[in-house]
Amino acid sequence: MLKITTAPHLQTSQDIRGIMRDVLIALLPAAAAGVLVFGINALVVVLTSVAACAAVEYAANRWWFKKGNTVTDLSALVTGMLLGFNLPSSMPLWMILIGAFAAIVPAKLCYGGLGKNIFNPALVGRVFLFISFPVQMTHWPIPQFMHIFNFDAQTAATPLNILKHLKQGSQAVLPSISDMFLGNTGGCIGEVSVLALLFGFGWLLWRRIISWRIPIFYVGTVFAVTGVLWLITGDIRYHPVIHVFSGGLMLGAIFMATDYATSPMTMRGQLIFAVGCGILTAVIRLCGTYPEGVSFAILIMNAFVPLIDKFVEPRYYGQRR
Amino acid sequence: MDDTVLLSILVLGGIAAVSAIVLFWTSRRFAVTEDLKILQIDSVLPQGNCGGCSYAGCHEFARACAAVEESGFAALNCPVGGQTVMDKIAEIRGFAKIEKKPTVAVLRCNGTCQNAPLKVQYEGISSCRIAARISSGQTGCPTGCLRLGDCVKNCRFGALSINPETNIPTVDYDKCTACGACVRTCPRGLFELRFRAPDKQMLYVACRNTQKGAVARKNCKAACIACLKCTKLNPEIKVENNLSYIPDTISAAACGAELQAACPTGAIVYKGAQKA
Amino acid sequence: MSKIKTFPIGGIHPDKHKITTDSPVVFAGLPEVVTIPVKQHIGAPAKILVKPGDKVKVGTLIADADGIVSSDVHSSVSGEVVKVEAVEGGVGYVEDMITVKVEGDEFEPSIDRSPNISREIPFSADQIVAKIREGGIVGMGGAGYPTPVKTTVPEGKKIDTLILNGIECEPFLTADDRLMTEKSEQLVIGAKLLNKALGIQNAIIAVDENKPQAIAALEAVTKTYVGVNVQVCATKYPQGGEKQLITAITGREVPSGRLPADAGCLVQNVGTVFAIYEMVMKNKPLFERIVTVSGDACLHPANYLVRIGTPVSWLIEQAGGLTPETSQVVLGGPMMGTAAFNINAPITKLTSGVLLLSDNLVARRPEAECIRCGKCVAACPMGLQPYLIGWLMHDHRIDELKNTHVLDCIECGCCAYTCPAHIPLLDYCKLSKMELRKKN
Repeated sequence: MLKITTAPHLQTSQDIRGIMRDVLIALLPAAAAGVLVFGINALVVVLTSVAACAAVEYAANRWWFKKGNTVTDLSALVTGMLLGFNLPSSMPLWMILIGAFAAIVPAKLCYGGLGKNIFNPALVGRVFLFISFPVQMTHWPIPQFMHIFNFDAQTAATPLNILKHLKQGSQAVLPSISDMFLGNTGGCIGEVSVLALLFGFGWLLWRRIISWRIPIFYVGTVFAVTGVLWLITGDIRYHPVIHVFSGGLMLGAIFMATDYATSPMTMRGQLIFAVGCGILTAVIRLCGTYPEGVSFAILIMNAFVPLIDKFVEPRYYGQRR
Repeated sequence: MDDTVLLSILVLGGIAAVSAIVLFWTSRRFAVTEDLKILQIDSVLPQGNCGGCSYAGCHEFARACAAVEESGFAALNCPVGGQTVMDKIAEIRGFAKIEKKPTVAVLRCNGTCQNAPLKVQYEGISSCRIAARISSGQTGCPTGCLRLGDCVKNCRFGALSINPETNIPTVDYDKCTACGACVRTCPRGLFELRFRAPDKQMLYVACRNTQKGAVARKNCKAACIACLKCTKLNPEIKVENNLSYIPDTISAAACGAELQAACPTGAIVYKGAQKA
Repeated sequence: MSKIKTFPIGGIHPDKHKITTDSPVVFAGLPEVVTIPVKQHIGAPAKILVKPGDKVKVGTLIADADGIVSSDVHSSVSGEVVKVEAVEGGVGYVEDMITVKVEGDEFEPSIDRSPNISREIPFSADQIVAKIREGGIVGMGGAGYPTPVKTTVPEGKKIDTLILNGIECEPFLTADDRLMTEKSEQLVIGAKLLNKALGIQNAIIAVDENKPQAIAALEAVTKTYVGVNVQVCATKYPQGGEKQLITAITGREVPSGRLPADAGCLVQNVGTVFAIYEMVMKNKPLFERIVTVSGDACLHPANYLVRIGTPVSWLIEQAGGLTPETSQVVLGGPMMGTAAFNINAPITKLTSGVLLLSDNLVARRPEAECIRCGKCVAACPMGLQPYLIGWLMHDHRIDELKNTHVLDCIECGCCAYTCPAHIPLLDYCKLSKMELRKKN
């Protein structure tokens, strides 16, 4: 018997699961870098987070929301991976469970699951932990490149911390730019190596998972805002290269701000969103009490996405003569 | 300390006073004066907003009822509320009561999966309108039921359901309010609102195929082939364009069983009195 | 060669599957009977001029245009008319068709069957349009709009650009590609004929980048013809859409709800232009066309020259028959064509391809919830927001649909193709258009 369907008779071979698999692959270089820099602890933290997110999604869907199993679309694994990336490697494992719960249940499933959430689940989990356990969340193990089995309890400040507490006019003791680029600095597991994150970015672009707009405009805005201030004042606290290479900016711009569900649909909307994220990040970093502002900036802009989608329309064909 | 208390009282009191003035002004400025009759009529309507009266919701119908002259009153009908509601409205307006015939929707297609087997398989969005656009349907009958349930989705009273045994919709006459949503929805126009006698019997031709008998029968065993047998039993039945039509003035109780037995294809459907 | 052009908004890159690019066009042969529909165009069905028992020749007028927006229909074979009645067409609805039993292959004597190319144009503009009308020529790209109506410039409009649409962006199809490769000079003369009819001096033949043979053939010919130029366009779907092509070539946009003439352009499919050449210069009405028979379930894919009215099933037999893995027969291209309900239906003037597709390609993937990836917005060549249209239509919020410009949708299917959640977005767009048209 012949089949009849409506046109188009062809469909893309890409599906949600495939997209999520590609994102996971794109995250692998950063994971490897994190393990190289922070040792086996980092691996344990990331794996715990991934497992916890998957388990929470499965359990909540099964016994609470009474929905089908959605773990197979792999989005919970991406959330888990990103949450793990946003934690220091010394994080106690039971706290990660709490973070995973906050990321999956209130931030994602309560809204109706993948695609309907307003806020990036991984960031909600991170901010929840950050506010609940500020001491553990700002306890940065010292980077020890290639000493994977070294369980040293020593801590080091992140570059942004150093900048934040820098007195006017005094000399900064900062890691070198190349160390920051490669990842040999203090910080969260996934955010330290800019190089590894750029590898992931390249993969996502090549696989046509994301467009270049949000990451480039986000990072570009931070670079521009800090750059202008640096040119005016000459103060190292505003050095644009340090700001771009340090903290969670690259991780946030490439993997969190580009999250499909929580970013605008149209090209123009994406530009507004990215520039807004950039300005907020710079403002929080330079004027706020926290040294880092990427998570808050993205979450605040997430809240504006429905508005942007409503009012920013694409350019319809036929408007120009 | 005293200053603080006084200041708070003054500030809050001032806000309250300003708000009160603004509220007073807006309630005057934007006050809506409406005919009391509209509210009265609205209160007796079913408030289903089904659109069966062809107005956009119950309130619009109430306005129409309040505005109409006695001569035009007969044209208005709330099919859901039926006789009781229209009587109440007549009372409110002081008009004479008008007798309305109770009607229900019937599906004029008997293309069940037994009568009309699938010729091709449709895949895609479950919408009769889309399916009707790309083909004559899975059975090949260009006037037959498409079985995708647009009518079921549009019925607000739960009177329609796809029968899993036949794959075509069935009407629950007791739930049907004759609002006409299915009549407007079906892309093939297969639904008809027909008189339902108090004995609850129904008699109609469940086919709208106007093709020649042999062509129609290729797609569906239950198609009307215009054999004229029914017209011989009852001359009120008309056959036009290769299709028989039984007007609802013919009593189902009187000749339903006879007509059903006479129809060689089973296009005539007779539903007998329900056993109480 | 000038710069490669393309349209700026949206577009997708589906797999090309151009299996038959190198297969020369071969004559499919004569079936035993042909069934010729009297409505193969937009507008009123033609009035039938023959009755059963009449003898017809190839090119005999068998149905006459009924009004301005209608088209003549000619017999494609010689033989005897056996039936004039409603027959089930390709999508299952019945249409009036003329069935002719084939006897021999005798042409009308007026048709010039010599292989020589006629280069001199002795006709006036009005004569050319009249000849196009006599030839029963309609837009062969798929829309089927009667060509004489299209070539008559509306009052108060001015056309300055003639575009020959040689873009075949649909996967699998190669009929236009082969036509441009094999009949390039006839095409260019056809373009000159249209130039004369419109009273302008130049024409642009748009060809997409993945047809090097056609580009080479056309460029060789256009050297000797002043005013006819070849423009290479990027290989992107839907580059062959009328509005997209105009924007790519001229940079102008056709205003919403208006005609290409409002942007000063006339776009004609290359198949149509070849038919114009054949009618005007050779007196040969439109009774045959090139059809690509292809698909991943087709045994012997080929490009055939097919007489109008040939049953699709007969043509499939020539290409190796209906294989068991065929799950869908598509008439036209896989993006915008229709799935055949009845494969005994005839080839019409608009059938550019017959595709036998297996479940590997056409099986509908399970639908998931929208993940708001925005791929449909990025792909829509009209700059619409298909996800929003789908969502509003699903929730039946018809009033809000008016602001989505959905009536501008060209139904190219980019949104539904690109959706990773496999939501039938195009179906929702079509439903929305039906709803809005119903309301107005």
